[in-house]
Amino acid sequence: MTDKKTARHGAPSALDELLSSINKTADELHDKHTAHLVVHHNKVLGSHLVPGLKLDVEEIKDGIRAVIRIEENAVIKNPVQICFGMLPEKGTQKIIMDVGCGRNSKISIIAHCSFPNAIDISHIMEAVINIEDGAEYRYFERHVHGESGGTKVYPKAKVNLKKGARFATEFELVKGRVGLIDIDYETTCGEDSSLEMTARISGYADDIIKINETGHLTGKNSRGFLNSRIAVRDTARAEIFNKLTASAPGARGHVDCKEIVQDKAVASAIPVVEVSHPQARITHEAAIGSVDSKQLQTLMARGLSEKDAVALIIKGLLK
Amino acid sequence: MSKTETILELRDLALKLGGKNILQNINASFESGIVHAVVGPNGAGKSTLASVLMGLPDFRYIEGDILFEGKSIKKLDTDKRAKLGITLGWQEPARFDGISIRDFLKASAKDKAEENLEKALDAVGLSPKNYLNRDCDKTLSGGERKRVEIASILVMEPKLTLLDEPDSGIDVEALDKMFEVMQMLKQKGSSVILITHSLQVLKQSERALLMCHGGIRDSGSSEKISSYFHDKCMPCDLKYAAEQGIPYDR
Ligand SMILES: Nc1ncnc2c1ncn2[C@@H]1O[C@H](COP(=O)(O)OP(=O)(O)O)[C@@H](O)[C@H]1O
Ligand SMILES: [Mg+2]
Repeated sequence: MTDKKTARHGAPSALDELLSSINKTADELHDKHTAHLVVHHNKVLGSHLVPGLKLDVEEIKDGIRAVIRIEENAVIKNPVQICFGMLPEKGTQKIIMDVGCGRNSKISIIAHCSFPNAIDISHIMEAVINIEDGAEYRYFERHVHGESGGTKVYPKAKVNLKKGARFATEFELVKGRVGLIDIDYETTCGEDSSLEMTARISGYADDIIKINETGHLTGKNSRGFLNSRIAVRDTARAEIFNKLTASAPGARGHVDCKEIVQDKAVASAIPVVEVSHPQARITHEAAIGSVDSKQLQTLMARGLSEKDAVALIIKGLLK
Repeated sequence: MSKTETILELRDLALKLGGKNILQNINASFESGIVHAVVGPNGAGKSTLASVLMGLPDFRYIEGDILFEGKSIKKLDTDKRAKLGITLGWQEPARFDGISIRDFLKASAKDKAEENLEKALDAVGLSPKNYLNRDCDKTLSGGERKRVEIASILVMEPKLTLLDEPDSGIDVEALDKMFEVMQMLKQKGSSVILITHSLQVLKQSERALLMCHGGIRDSGSSEKISSYFHDKCMPCDLKYAAEQGIPYDR
């Protein structure tokens, strides 16, 4: 697709409002060396491409279908800025993504998902991601939700890593209510490839956080790291299901889950590790519970109130 | 010489944990502006006493009273005691994921100016350039974390500093630096109580209390307590360590 000019048209537009909800302005997107894509509901409000990056967007009912291709050997220097969102209080936004990273290509994407006025919004993301030999794909997704708890987010992805490919993803939702988040990612890792997934989510009121992440280390010397950092309070609930399997020599993985629970919130973690090759190894670590008492006491012994000390510790956990 | 004032007084202090007398019959007073030591063998109750003074949650049900600057603090929570100017440096300080040394120092500091934080790190022999942005987590060595602990106390500018085994985990070269910092705390107007089972640390103090089996056995000048501790307690402690299978590091 060709560029769709991202510009302001007089009165405050959906674009302005959407961007301001993620602390950005249309002017900031005007750097011609930085690619971007802004999608409101099922309309592309603006886009810009850089050499090596191809994007095809089809507007469908309630969303878009995007085909993203990074050409072989293309190194996209500046992180691509994506903004998905909806300003109305109710509705559904469905994003279907087909991502292909050519051999030895490199790209980093920063996606902002914003539903500032949500009362009943579903955001569905279905992605298929293929990362060819030696390619690197980094995807950072930050969510900004309103305070009503009316957002339901369903990110789902199937990822395939070829020889020496790298996939690193971070999901962050630490501002506003979660509502419901139900993450479902499955990655297959080829020889010498590396997978790194991090989720940092803070939930309160009656938020529900579900994470279901699976990594299959099927290639020789592949690496996998699943990392969850969750804080829940009030009556929020978190269920973290992390699974790593290793079936090849030299495969190494680690599952790490830290959850801080306050008030009447409930958190659970089910790390599953499955090793079917004698030269593979996976470790896991989970710490779930109240704020660490020694950390709390230390900060209180320096004069912080319990409330301030807990806030600082949780800020650290979610950093 | 100015008239000495009592900063901390313990009256008939006693504590039971799990039905066992851990501290008993403790009467002591600590003068303002000097370095004290509480010395005694392993298991004497020294760390417990420090926890009681700081008001940590598991150490609140005491008998007797604790007076700080003449007022009872036994009903006060840890943060309230800290607000009055009491603090504690842990033997093995806590690690904080995702909290930079800058933010940890800032949380503790009275004057949060960057330059003040830098000064404190310099004082404990850590270069601010290399350490301020590092996380105060398990990537720090034991000695580094311990120095950061002391720096966080320096910036807090407390009136009374309790340091539990300040030399443990610190390498030999850094030890003199630690001793300098203790004097610095004193110069900045803090009274210091060193909790220790090391003769070397004891020698940094002016006055000392000798603890054994949860009680105070003797008190007086550090020289007097030193020789008693050296002659009587250390051999006993060695025997105790051997019986308990504790690696003895002195
Ligand atoms: N929570 C507890 N419950 C029961 N006994 C304890 C508890 N904490 C410490 N103790 C016991 O109290 C005694 C004093 O311990 P501590 O104050 O750590 O000694 P020190 O610091 O002098 O080596 C030890 O015998 C120890 O086992
Ligand atoms: Mg001790």
